[in-house]
Amino acid sequence: MRRIAQIEKQYLRDDIPAFKSGDTLRVHVKIKEGDKERIQVFQGTVISRRGGGTGETFTVRKISSGIGVERVFPLHSPNIAKIEKVRSGIVRRSKLYYLRNLTGKSARIKEELKGSAKEAKSKATVTEEKPIDKTEPAPQQPETTQEETKQPEQES
Amino acid sequence: MKEILGRKIGMTRIFEESGEAIPVTVIEAGPCPVVAKKTIEKDGYEALQVGFGKLRKSRINKPIAGHFAKAGVEPTQYLQEVRNDDPDIEVGSMLTVSMFKPGQRVDVTGTSRGLGFAGGMKRHHFSGANKTHGQSDRWRAPGSIGQSSYPSRVFKGLRMAGRMGREKVTTLNLRIVKVIEEENLLLIKGPVPGNKGSLVKVRTTNRGKK
Repeated sequence: MRRIAQIEKQYLRDDIPAFKSGDTLRVHVKIKEGDKERIQVFQGTVISRRGGGTGETFTVRKISSGIGVERVFPLHSPNIAKIEKVRSGIVRRSKLYYLRNLTGKSARIKEELKGSAKEAKSKATVTEEKPIDKTEPAPQQPETTQEETKQPEQES
Repeated sequence: MKEILGRKIGMTRIFEESGEAIPVTVIEAGPCPVVAKKTIEKDGYEALQVGFGKLRKSRINKPIAGHFAKAGVEPTQYLQEVRNDDPDIEVGSMLTVSMFKPGQRVDVTGTSRGLGFAGGMKRHHFSGANKTHGQSDRWRAPGSIGQSSYPSRVFKGLRMAGRMGREKVTTLNLRIVKVIEEENLLLIKGPVPGNKGSLVKVRTTNRGKK
């Protein structure tokens, strides 16, 4: 597996911003028409991101004139000119397939604002944990495991 | 005809400059030392006996050591005959991936994955029977395997359930996408027979010649 990862390395793109499910992206796609090449923008919500290495893909969903449209992009494809992150959303699972059954108001995703109360809280807990871990590792262990189990619940 | 021994590493996908994603199998091929040469005068046919892979010290006995010492090469895990129409290749030289070029077409021979005991539907693509219409326990059955009092036996070679896979399989006319000489790797479009880590033979194809 390591040797395959090594081959894939040179095909992986490093100019792709970090994003996750629930974020809204503008994907600039290169489109070839005969000899001409133009760029089309596909803006929508990321409902899935799966796979690894060169096979990693993400699915973007948007509502185009009342009809839901989904496109699956290979993350490292040279056909993607640029990815812009428009906004990041708060979601509790990694695959947002439930959005397919929702329309209108219920299909909205809460925006994650920088410096929001939730984020500040999670940062605070992280900073508190670290010094304690260094000084007294043994008695703190059960507490940290508890917190670890809590955190994925919040995220997922 | 050029041929080399290799090991299947696994599959991945790579992108061409046009943006096209290509599924490729990564094969570690060679370097294969030429251990002996078969000639028409002596053996009735022409071939190169080549080795591949490292052999543990503890696996080397005196006959093996002597055979390889005659060619002046290190003992190898595998020892097989390959065809090569280049008369200049001498015993003791190395076959490497550099004899293949991207764009060339090759055949890849390997031992297919063992699938264990498989029924007729999986093994011979039988169609099975109805799930409904009064059937029970019969929907994957092979059906009739012959007649009655004549011939009173089942003909040899009749396709039935049994061990599937682990046999010699050759996939033909695959395109070499990339050759990485420093690491002895061949990237070949599409799947090839065998498990990861299994021995494969890569040879230039005679298919589709114009």
